[in-house]
Amino acid sequence: MLTVSNLSKHFGDLAVFENFSLHLAPNGFTALVGPSGCGKSTLFNVLTGVVAKDSGSVSLQGREVPHLGTTSAYMHQKDLLLPWFTLMDNALLPSKIAGENPAQSILKARALFKRLGLEGFEDYRPGEISGGMRQRCALVRTLMFERELVLLDEPLSALDAITRASLQSLLLLLQVEFKKTILMITHDIEEALMLADEILVLSGRPMRVLDQICPGGTKPRRFDDPRLIEIKLYVLNLLQGELVQ
Amino acid sequence: MKRATLITLLAIFLVLAAWETICRVLSIPDFILPTPLRIVTVAVVQADLLLPHAAVTAVEVLAGILMSLMVAVPLSIAMFAHPAAENAIAPFLVASQAVPVFAVAPLLVIWLGYGMASKVLMAAVIIFFPITVNLLEGLKGCDQEFRVLFRLMGAGFWQTLRLLYWPWALPHFFAGLKVGVSVATIGAVIGEWVGAQQGLGYLMIQANARLKVDVVFAAILWLSAMGLSLWVFVGFLEKRVITWK
Repeated sequence: MLTVSNLSKHFGDLAVFENFSLHLAPNGFTALVGPSGCGKSTLFNVLTGVVAKDSGSVSLQGREVPHLGTTSAYMHQKDLLLPWFTLMDNALLPSKIAGENPAQSILKARALFKRLGLEGFEDYRPGEISGGMRQRCALVRTLMFERELVLLDEPLSALDAITRASLQSLLLLLQVEFKKTILMITHDIEEALMLADEILVLSGRPMRVLDQICPGGTKPRRFDDPRLIEIKLYVLNLLQGELVQ
Repeated sequence: MKRATLITLLAIFLVLAAWETICRVLSIPDFILPTPLRIVTVAVVQADLLLPHAAVTAVEVLAGILMSLMVAVPLSIAMFAHPAAENAIAPFLVASQAVPVFAVAPLLVIWLGYGMASKVLMAAVIIFFPITVNLLEGLKGCDQEFRVLFRLMGAGFWQTLRLLYWPWALPHFFAGLKVGVSVATIGAVIGEWVGAQQGLGYLMIQANARLKVDVVFAAILWLSAMGLSLWVFVGFLEKRVITWK
């Protein structure tokens, strides 16, 4: 689905990552876990073309592209809902910008509102609902993109623990029900262990892959699984080693 | 009634009461400083003299506001879209405010005549600056994360302007418009002082020459009412338009 080869990015003398590579299988769920400031968000910025890469190549479905640009959907840790629009208008933004048929887009958005538990809130403004509901609306908007690859930049980090737990299962819907390929940045190891098929543990700058872990088993996984606890401690040890360095 | 409104009304009452008392105790004649009661009486009793002139000034001010909007909005958008245009235009913008309006007024009367046009232009020159500067700052203040989201949705400049930048900048636009309308009368009145055959500025010059200071103050009262009404109207419009705050 997505292959990144020997990607490098420097800011002046600072090497954010050098010869960084990764491969995402179609309909896979990959999580990037690393210390704060290691360059995960810069990687997303380079992948989406917001920041220019120094060297390396990006291939989407076997075709080399300068960057992913508008070929991927993107969900930020902030919901980025426009306060002057209703939830429905916010969800319809991607289709409105793409010039899609409004009637069909509304039907699709209504179905997604129902599926994500937002039915009846279509005409509310973002300021009138809770943070969890806003993030669910952001998820509806992400699904309205109609793109196979979805980039999630710490999508639940701004939420409280209880809301986050309820939304984690909704993130799985992206993969299971909507057949998306997902690349997610998270600083929450448990979240990565619960949701991802593959976890890339990243080092500090220059960012490189310290280890690649495939937890296996049926998702969503349970936190009290001794095997997962063991993996979590292993990842924590790896990251703490990075912090000491 | 709110406490803040009560305090404002009380402060106004105390100032007027002190003014009235000083004039009466010191027996200051009306041609030096009329009492507030005298001014209000003249403003009401001589309304048939004042109102036609006030109507002329009001038309000049409203036309000035309209003209300044027609210049300020496209100019701000052009400067926002093309930073090179901002660099080129900014010195002229600042110069237009650095030159005293009194210095420009006689020139405008020579160029545009004693009619309404020179006064409308004077008002517009004063109003357009706060609107332009505030709107430009509002457009520039849009969050980078929202810009990136729109870019990744594939939105072009005009789509982003309509859906994101313009609503984002609206509170700044209204702040500029409020400042603009509250000083709008200055331009029109200065234009009338320099050369006119009607308008409150013209009436003030005529009354002043005949030592009818109470009529001068009555004209000022009407001008203040005009400025205040415009300010209140823009505030009302702002509340109707910016419903998400």
